[in-house]
Amino acid sequence: MAISYDDVVAKYDPVLGLEVHVELNTESKMFCSCSTTFGAQPNTQTCPVCLALPGALPVVNATAIESTIKIGLALNCSIAPYSRFARKNYFYPDMPKNFQISQYDEPICFDGYVDVEIETDEGPRQFRIEIERVHMEEDTGKSLHVGGATGRIHGADYSLLDYNRAGIPLVEIVTKIVPGTGKYAPEVARAYVAELRDILRGLGVSDVKMEQGSLRCDANVSLKPMGSDVLGTRSETKNVNSLRSVERAIRGEMIRHAELLDAGQKVKQETRHFQEDTGLTRSGRSKEQAEDYRYFPEPDLVPVAPDAAWIEELRAALPERPSLRRKRLKEEWSVPDKEMAAMVNADVLDIVEATVILGADPTKARSWWLGEISRIANDKEVAVTELSITPADVAEIVALVNKGELTDKLARQVVEGVIAGEGSPAEVVAKRGIKVVNDDGALMAAIEKVCNDQPDTAQKVRDGHLPAAGALIGAVMKETKGQADAARVRELLLGHLGQ
Amino acid sequence: MSSLSRDDVAKLAGLARIEMSEEELVSLASQFGMILDAVARVQDVDLEGVAPTSHPQPIRNVFREDVVHPSLTPEQALSGAPAQEEQRFRVPQILGEAE
Amino acid sequence: MSEALAKGEVTSTQLTQAHLDRIKDVDPAVKAFLHVDTDGALEQAARVDADRSAGKTLHPLAGIPLALKDVLTQEGVPTTAGSKILQGWKPQYDSTVVSKIKNAGIVIVGKTNMDEFAMGSSTENSAYGPTFNPWDLTRTPGGSSGGSAAAVSAFEAPLAIGSDTGGSIRQPAALTGIVGVRPTYGAVSRYGLIAYSSSLDQAGPFGRTVLDTALLHDVMAGHDPKDATSINGAFPDVVAAARKRDVKGMKIGVIKQLQGEGYQSGVQARFDESLQVLASLGAQIVEVDCPSFEYALAAYYLIAPSECSSNLARFDAMRYGLRVGDSDGASAESVMNATRNAGFGHEVKRRIILGTYALSSGYYDAYYGSAQKIRTLIIQDYAKAFAQADVLVSPTAPTTAFKIGEKSNDPIAMYLGDVATIPVNLAGICGMSLPAGLADEDNLPVGFQIMAPAMQDARLYQVGSALEAALVSQWGGHLISKAPALGGSK
Ligand SMILES: [Mg+2]
Ligand SMILES: [Zn+2]
Repeated sequence: MAISYDDVVAKYDPVLGLEVHVELNTESKMFCSCSTTFGAQPNTQTCPVCLALPGALPVVNATAIESTIKIGLALNCSIAPYSRFARKNYFYPDMPKNFQISQYDEPICFDGYVDVEIETDEGPRQFRIEIERVHMEEDTGKSLHVGGATGRIHGADYSLLDYNRAGIPLVEIVTKIVPGTGKYAPEVARAYVAELRDILRGLGVSDVKMEQGSLRCDANVSLKPMGSDVLGTRSETKNVNSLRSVERAIRGEMIRHAELLDAGQKVKQETRHFQEDTGLTRSGRSKEQAEDYRYFPEPDLVPVAPDAAWIEELRAALPERPSLRRKRLKEEWSVPDKEMAAMVNADVLDIVEATVILGADPTKARSWWLGEISRIANDKEVAVTELSITPADVAEIVALVNKGELTDKLARQVVEGVIAGEGSPAEVVAKRGIKVVNDDGALMAAIEKVCNDQPDTAQKVRDGHLPAAGALIGAVMKETKGQADAARVRELLLGHLGQ
Repeated sequence: MSSLSRDDVAKLAGLARIEMSEEELVSLASQFGMILDAVARVQDVDLEGVAPTSHPQPIRNVFREDVVHPSLTPEQALSGAPAQEEQRFRVPQILGEAE
Repeated sequence: MSEALAKGEVTSTQLTQAHLDRIKDVDPAVKAFLHVDTDGALEQAARVDADRSAGKTLHPLAGIPLALKDVLTQEGVPTTAGSKILQGWKPQYDSTVVSKIKNAGIVIVGKTNMDEFAMGSSTENSAYGPTFNPWDLTRTPGGSSGGSAAAVSAFEAPLAIGSDTGGSIRQPAALTGIVGVRPTYGAVSRYGLIAYSSSLDQAGPFGRTVLDTALLHDVMAGHDPKDATSINGAFPDVVAAARKRDVKGMKIGVIKQLQGEGYQSGVQARFDESLQVLASLGAQIVEVDCPSFEYALAAYYLIAPSECSSNLARFDAMRYGLRVGDSDGASAESVMNATRNAGFGHEVKRRIILGTYALSSGYYDAYYGSAQKIRTLIIQDYAKAFAQADVLVSPTAPTTAFKIGEKSNDPIAMYLGDVATIPVNLAGICGMSLPAGLADEDNLPVGFQIMAPAMQDARLYQVGSALEAALVSQWGGHLISKAPALGGSK
């Protein structure tokens, strides 16, 4: 029964479709003036509008419109000169009005694309993901299921509803179907979501934190037999809450579909839920009887008709596209492809650039953020940006090393100290009494002591066997508690031994 | 003569989340033919090329500045709740999945 | 009354108490009120009296009692929209209209009965029982704002507020012999008006005279940033227009489609007489043709139910209002189903189902979509008609007040009663009904409807006040003074 991924892609051609929901980082909600702050006490950010009290009416948040247009422009979309909100009618307790104000046949942005590049067996290859539409809508409240299997909707005795999130502006970005990715489908999907995230972050319109749900991906997957023109039945996987999960979910769904098809069964058109722990999907509501949403134009809101001058103003103010920026930085920093990819994957590009702007050498800045600091972040299971060390700190440390006031080894101690909250690099240096031993006299004393302790080794060096110097240098470093500059020690040692 | 069967009405009632008695379904179904005939008159007119009006006033671009105003207190928000717990609205178990 | 208050001949507290007494006296028979807010009313009256003695400048209507249709939220005061599903709900906020009323110092004496969620033309669809017409207690006061109209007509309050989605202010005003105005769509904020049909709903004033009504209209109207469909512009001075009483040289268009066949003879007779009065005052009467009006009723009974099917989805037993069937093991869905069945009345369910059907996939274009196009045609008919006339006129309703129960089993007959009022709502323009006399055959009030283009509400008052002045002098007093006595003294 089990079928390998290679077998799947040899036999079937995957077709993708991706829907990404993005919570905008506006101050207030989409249709009311309640705060959008994450993590507030339950039901402290609600009002007649977002609780759908009788008689309350929505009014559109201007910044949400502007952010959506910016997103559309950044995704190479056309901006509709006239668009409208519509009501999507269905009952669900976390949606107070029992309709969602969304957009239907008149989205504000449409027909765009995003290019993404991934590593393939034949080297880097570009894929174009076409965007069908970008539209505005509102988020739902959050339910807490009590009793039964903890936290799960099934078997809960009752639910508790918090409407703080209800009405937070959401932008939905829908791709057209994405054919032709073959075995790279999972990587392409991941690269797309990553690119989208970078674009949105660059625009400053969203926190794009997948783990907090401010960027959520639904992945549609179908398979068609190689060479066939007929699209297969698709499944829609929700709850895909990290870049890694995007890749895993698609790979998993491709295998699951192939197993069904190979066994002569049909793929059901349904919503599935990705489970982080197993990497598998679980069946949700069957969509065989498609819900009839009875869309109609929202009568409480008037059309949105952005004027062309405003759109052009927003277009002119767009930040550099992330992919172009990467190309530029790669050249400016003369970094190899692999290193660049490593920085992108580790999500340290912004912070490295900020460090370089503050005067650090790109190679040094990169190696600190990608090396020591990333390692500490990994140990603490946080993102590097969540550590208390800043680009300014790293730039300062790099400068101290350049001036010879710190060795690499000492610099690592300073980094540790800054992250531990001991203050700025200068403060850590002062508090810990870290200093390079620059006093040649002190070094010479240590060298003499070491040569006396290890006369055989010293003799080897005198005889011209230079690699033996390493052991002596190490011993000197130990003697000076790591505060010596290794290069200077080597110089003095070799001089002392007549080399 | 338009008509809706008892089952049609039951399906609509399901969509509208109204649990109707058998008697009510049958009686509504029997009235519907007459009502639909009356409203179906909108189809008697030649509407070719006529734009729909969903809004009586030609207003556009009404926006609100992105500014936070005080919300209700949680006590106010929950004051009408049929049941509450832990500062949340308590509702019967939710079946099925959210969108 | 306003003058008496200003001169200090009577205090607001005395005036309010007198109306509360009158309510106690006659409302058991009329049943105009769902809730009488005795304490709140007397508090507000005392505040106004204090402000007056402190020499503060007050609005001309400060201290005057008002009856509020139960469709507008008033913080802390039970608001049901005539439905069981909202029984016990106390709004956490004031509607914009109520804020304006309170700011003007007007005294809200209570919430009035209405057809459930404003769906009906007789107030018989209230979950709390019908309201009775003060002119004849066996008849309906019309609807859906029947409680407000009856309260004014029965002298329980000099002013009232209603809402008009298809005629729900004008028709009850006609049937109870008072003045009622449906303002231009967007002139009065809908924030806090419990929605029936969002693109048609509009709150408006009732009064016993055109001038009283104008004063209240003036308080209610104005731009509201909380209502995205609210008009942001200069509002016409309706009070000045109501004082003008002049129709000389004005062109008055009689809509061919809204008279004759189907209109009770006494209704037609009073309408024709009023036209002659207007002509005698120097107006020019012309006939206009509005062929699409024939389809207005059909379009209305698709648009309003469609919007209501969505607007009323929020009544789901989760956050407020009634909850039924919440037993062990019940699901949220089953509780919603049971609550909405128990909480909504027949007419509401009928319209929700009709609207759900009209919006459902495969039927949208044929029903809702076509209705929206008819709406365009009606707007075009009005545009042509207003090119020929300053205002348009018709009888407000085809009949006088009908017997309670007479049409309740015949929805189509009931719907037909709105034939003359509905086009105004579909086009989003303004309309007034004022008393035109009593029908010979039943001695019941007849309403005369005046319609004006959007934001030309002042024309209603200018023409209305002129006609009213002429008729009142002809009758030797306001029509309302001819209403039969109800228990206590007036
Ligand atoms: Mg969506
Ligand atoms: Zn809110």
